[in-house]
Amino acid sequence: MEIWKWVLFGILFLSAFVVKIEAFKLGRSQPTERISGSAGDVLEDDPVGRLKVFVYELPSKYNKKILQKDQRCLNHMFAAEIYMHRFLLSSPVRTLNPEEADWFYTPVYTTCDLTPNGLPLPFKSPRMMRSAIQLISSNWPYWNRTEGADHFFLVPHDFGACFHYQEEKAIERGILPLLQRATLVQTFGQRNHVCLKEGSITIPPYAPPQKMQTHLIPEKTPRSIFVYFRGLFYDVGNDPEGGYYARGARAAVWENFKDNPLFDISTEHPTTYYEDMQRAVFCLCPLGWAPWSPRLVEAVIFGCIPVIIADDIVLPFADAIPWEEIGVFVDEKDVPNLDTILTSIPPEVILRKQRLLANPSMKQAMLFPQPAQPGDAFHQVLNGLARKLPHDKSVYLKPGERVLNWTAGPVGDLKPW
Amino acid sequence: MKVSALQQSYLNRRSYSFRSSGPLDSSSDSAVKSPAAIFWLVLHGLCCLISLVLGFRFSRLVFFFLFSTSSTNFYASPFRSTAELANAFDVHSVLSTNSITNIELPLLNKTVANSRVVVGRHGIRIRPWPHPNPTEVIKAHRIIERVQKEQRLQFGVTDARTVIVITPTYARTFQALHLTGVMHSLMLVPYDLVWIVVEAGGVSNETASLIGKSGLKTIHVGFNQRMPNSWDERNKLESKMRIFALRIVREKKLDGIVMFADDSNMHSMELFDEIQNVKWFGAFSVGILANSINTDETADQKEEEETSRMPVQGPACDSSNMLAGWHTFNTLPFAGKIAVYIDDRVTVLPRKLEWSGFVLNSRLLWKDGGDKPEWIKDIDMLAGDIESPLGLVKDPSVVEPLGNCGRQVLLWWLRVEARADSKFPPRWIIDPPLEITVPSKRTPWPDAPPELPANEIPVMGIEEPIVKHSTKTRTSRSKRRS
Repeated sequence: MEIWKWVLFGILFLSAFVVKIEAFKLGRSQPTERISGSAGDVLEDDPVGRLKVFVYELPSKYNKKILQKDQRCLNHMFAAEIYMHRFLLSSPVRTLNPEEADWFYTPVYTTCDLTPNGLPLPFKSPRMMRSAIQLISSNWPYWNRTEGADHFFLVPHDFGACFHYQEEKAIERGILPLLQRATLVQTFGQRNHVCLKEGSITIPPYAPPQKMQTHLIPEKTPRSIFVYFRGLFYDVGNDPEGGYYARGARAAVWENFKDNPLFDISTEHPTTYYEDMQRAVFCLCPLGWAPWSPRLVEAVIFGCIPVIIADDIVLPFADAIPWEEIGVFVDEKDVPNLDTILTSIPPEVILRKQRLLANPSMKQAMLFPQPAQPGDAFHQVLNGLARKLPHDKSVYLKPGERVLNWTAGPVGDLKPW
Repeated sequence: MKVSALQQSYLNRRSYSFRSSGPLDSSSDSAVKSPAAIFWLVLHGLCCLISLVLGFRFSRLVFFFLFSTSSTNFYASPFRSTAELANAFDVHSVLSTNSITNIELPLLNKTVANSRVVVGRHGIRIRPWPHPNPTEVIKAHRIIERVQKEQRLQFGVTDARTVIVITPTYARTFQALHLTGVMHSLMLVPYDLVWIVVEAGGVSNETASLIGKSGLKTIHVGFNQRMPNSWDERNKLESKMRIFALRIVREKKLDGIVMFADDSNMHSMELFDEIQNVKWFGAFSVGILANSINTDETADQKEEEETSRMPVQGPACDSSNMLAGWHTFNTLPFAGKIAVYIDDRVTVLPRKLEWSGFVLNSRLLWKDGGDKPEWIKDIDMLAGDIESPLGLVKDPSVVEPLGNCGRQVLLWWLRVEARADSKFPPRWIIDPPLEITVPSKRTPWPDAPPELPANEIPVMGIEEPIVKHSTKTRTSRSKRRS
């Protein structure tokens, strides 16, 4: 009897201890809520052990030499392709044995051909990609085995693998024919758009984590700005009459709310941009020439509720993060009523959104820190890839079967690079 | 900056497109040029020439006029439904794009069929009355208040202690001015508050009616001595009054943080948040506005230089943020011009360390608080009067520096008093109106009609005899105007 009493006592003590630990974890500085998207509570999943990635060894003209020519590629918003390569090289999911790999990664930096102003020119990118695929298909048998269905590529440019910055041109080109079966990891996402393939993984644009860290202000600074936005409303250089840029949505925001004291909007760029975002309740994230922008990342990091004005946009990691519960979506046609929409949101909903934004795993998932940390955007990409496993039987082609058309596409793309 | 990079990128890439799209497009597009393309090219060139002549972009307007099915493309277009717009743009988004497009029509139709988002020119929607709606502004302010309240709950002080404010005062001309200021500051404090007002000369109705308007929990007691006329004596009496108030705290066993708010001081709201951090005995920096009384007779160059920086009294810290000493007030520059009597028109100086720069935990005053530290002296055991609260502690090094180790000034000390013989109406209400009314010689409003209606004359007349210096300002104002 005595022993049983001691055992019972021990069990009670242990359970109390465990409960205390849980309470301690929850009782951190701020109450937050768990984030679970359509795929479940997957933000904190660990991809290690769930998939294996083989990294092709391409000649350095595809990656290192391009980076050496222009170091600015490491800091612009398309830098994810470079950092992903570096992450995969030293990650535990990397395997040196291609026979056991689930996914194959081709490190080709297509967005690193920069103008003097720092903008990537996409004109050579299709040729570069084609040449890289030709290389891997002739030196390794894995491409031909599946015609790329178990390969993934990072294409962070404006319209993804359509490789053009102008939307009409991008639609006209469509996704590069050779990438028809591969998984694309891109920043662009818009439903029913040519440049978003079924099964693509949307990632956030690269935003420098250290820079944002240095501009943090104390959390008890009261949020006194209602709506905040800094950026262009009219792209005077390229679209002076307005109506093209942002489909007229940004111009509509300006014309309707320029004298509204609740809306702190202007085209100036202050040095306190990051600090001001931390003092605002809502941050506008309207589309520009493309629907995505680093503003979303900044809003999430600084705890400002993003107001997304971009019809049919697909936001990063849309299956892992329930964006409808975190941000406010406003149709472009409803922009004139933006003030009514925002003021009619009940305060409990706003507080809940702020709690979700305060969740550290949410902030971590939007960042590309160096060195990589658990739960960051690199890991979310791997989680997304792991969720697509196991590969369907149809992925593996019978020997001699060919699906891709190697001569499709504009004539200029077929030239060697 | 990220924003400028974004802006620049969007500014320059499109200019690049128009510049370089020509040759590159022709290389990437099919080399076959259909007659339609040539036609559009010729038309485009013609429109360019016309635009050069006219001075505005002609080509797009023509296309809109010719091909638009609804007139929704203008700058200030009224609100239209998406369906209408989509239909309109289906047709001429093809035609109005500026580039050499030839076989676009079937392609675009294919993409547009599934999505409702169209590429091309859209109208800028402006609602008929694009100005703020007052009800919504109020709603937005409620939301902001709620968000800030939540922030305070999460990041502010977790277990807020009651603030016990001790104010010595006495009835005089400027009492209403000073006390109202302090009262409004205290009404804004988000924590529980107890206000102990000690009045020299006994409780008076004036003071009682003033502090009654605050809605705060007040303890109004009288002190049976009249306030003397010299600053020295006044400071001594005020110290006595404060110790009297501390005795009240002890008797009533009030629990919280004791702070000293003199009625002419100015308090910042952050002060009340900062003092919640005190454990037993804290001190913070007080800014001294000693040069408040204008010494316009002695416009000395040297004096102006020396007093241009605001002197600060408070704790001084070393590099490891530990208390190392005290900044006190340097009276040397003011030698010879120090006010002795309350209404002297020279600089009023503070003492070495003012009471208002210290806060203490009320448990230090309790008779038998179990966990009281041993360095606190009992108030009843005080030999004489103490000049500053440091007299209550045996060892001044135990004082906690507050406000980022004294670097933040949270309170401003000021002493401004009227002449000893100045008269003021009780409660600053003139009732019944004065009998003697004299129309003013010069009206301060030059545009006003020369003849004032009869019922306004008493109002004008009252302003004259009340305070002497107001006439001075009025004439100076009219002097400026003429």
